[in-house]
Amino acid sequence: MHPAPSVIFFTTFSGLGFGLLFFLGLGFPVVTGWTAFAFFVIAYLMAVGGLMASTFHLGRPERAIKAFTQWRSSWLSREAWCAVGALVLMGLYGLGLVFFGTRWTAFGILGALLSMATVFTTSMIYTQLKTIPRWNMKFTPLKFMSLSLAGGALLAGQTDAALVLLVIAGLVQLYTWVEGDKALGASGTNMATATGLGNIGQVRAFEPPHTGTNYLLKEFVHVIGRKHSQKLRIIALGLMTVVPVLLLALPFSHLIGVLAILSHIAGVLTARWLFFAEAEHVVGLYYGKR
Amino acid sequence: MTTLPAKTEKKLGLVIDLDTCVGCHACVISCKGWNTENYGAPLSDQNAYGADNSGTFLNRVHSYEVQPAGDAAAQLIHFPKSCLHCEDAPCVTVCPTGASYKRVEDGIVLVNESNCIGCGLCAWACPYGARELDQAEGVMKKCTLCVDRIYNENLPEEDRQPACVRTCPAGARHFGDLGDETSDVSKLVAERGGMDLMPEQGTKPVNKYLPPRPKDEMPEFDVLAPFLEPVAEEPKGFLGWLDKTLEKL
Repeated sequence: MHPAPSVIFFTTFSGLGFGLLFFLGLGFPVVTGWTAFAFFVIAYLMAVGGLMASTFHLGRPERAIKAFTQWRSSWLSREAWCAVGALVLMGLYGLGLVFFGTRWTAFGILGALLSMATVFTTSMIYTQLKTIPRWNMKFTPLKFMSLSLAGGALLAGQTDAALVLLVIAGLVQLYTWVEGDKALGASGTNMATATGLGNIGQVRAFEPPHTGTNYLLKEFVHVIGRKHSQKLRIIALGLMTVVPVLLLALPFSHLIGVLAILSHIAGVLTARWLFFAEAEHVVGLYYGKR
Repeated sequence: MTTLPAKTEKKLGLVIDLDTCVGCHACVISCKGWNTENYGAPLSDQNAYGADNSGTFLNRVHSYEVQPAGDAAAQLIHFPKSCLHCEDAPCVTVCPTGASYKRVEDGIVLVNESNCIGCGLCAWACPYGARELDQAEGVMKKCTLCVDRIYNENLPEEDRQPACVRTCPAGARHFGDLGDETSDVSKLVAERGGMDLMPEQGTKPVNKYLPPRPKDEMPEFDVLAPFLEPVAEEPKGFLGWLDKTLEKL
């Protein structure tokens, strides 16, 4: 899959933003006044900034509002509803904390649940696709949610929770890489089933339908980045989990906290780039590629 | 609505004969020609006369070489591919706006372009590469089964079929109701063992592909041939000398 910067930026930062909102909504930490204001500004910049970025990959962003209509069948539509619901409820909750110094617990808890629901629905957009066996597994939602919670805990300054969640997220990430590498082979889809010619003999793509490139090859058959994928996996896991865990194990200071957050974000961006670049869409089989 | 109809009244679709297709790409051209100036937005090209050209097509013809086991000759098979108008179309249910839909009356999968936001998710969900996002218009384009031809009473009756079927010089493309067991296309599928592409994806495609017929065995040139004197296997004269000399080296 083509690793579009807008989608990488969107999933990474909205994941972090909604993760932070989850912890704020549950009252970890309970903050009021200007401190609360700062926390909410960071969370909203990330969550809303990510959502805005996601509209950049649309062919017709001016019609984006229509994406709210198909919540009965479409995960993308459900994501839109959850995101708006979470942002509105958490906005009201934040209003109480910042301007009235009171904690409207119901708004906070509901907002926290909707924040996680948003991350879950985002992950389901990818998980539902049978055409991309690497994504079509139960661990994909777990990966998105564990990363969002780990990043949220880190941003919310919940060091003990962050330590545990970072390790869990790292392990889930590792597992999805190992399982993902086997997914296309295990899916049962190959050039023989794609063409239906397998019972005659070995199928080889002889000539593509066009001399130039096309939308399908650009969008679905991205092979350039896979060359360094093993090195990038080590870098991603190191920055995402190992470095922040080591930093959090040191005596806490704000500088160390900021360094842990920056390292984590860089790691998640790398892992998210790999999530797209490594994903093989079965349409590539028609071109004899993967 | 992007939920799929439980049942469609007809299952209009194509039957493509891989035995007959000669790979001339006439269907590709007639498809682009008709669909760029009729239903929906035109099918744009980018940098059409430059080195790095690309464009939107609703029908594309691949060519595959298939090598049977043993020493049988390899076969070259031309393979046209367009939307298969699946019964369980994954492209429809993922659509967030309801732009993608499957028609109850005839099972054709269409895109309402004025509702399409160009998110591309339907193309991600399609295993066949049947949908292409038009780079000029920013909306998803796909085969309409020439919905603006097949019911068009302004056209002579023989032209009321998809442009690709109408143009195919080899008669490799057939159009009809695959939900009706008595239709010509259904009979053809039954007779020739028509198959689904990627059945394991669970899309239940309506379009069927007729597999290439088994190749004939090469007949013996002459019934008496095995009884004839074998042609000299040992070279004589100059070639014989050359052979011996080269052996010695």
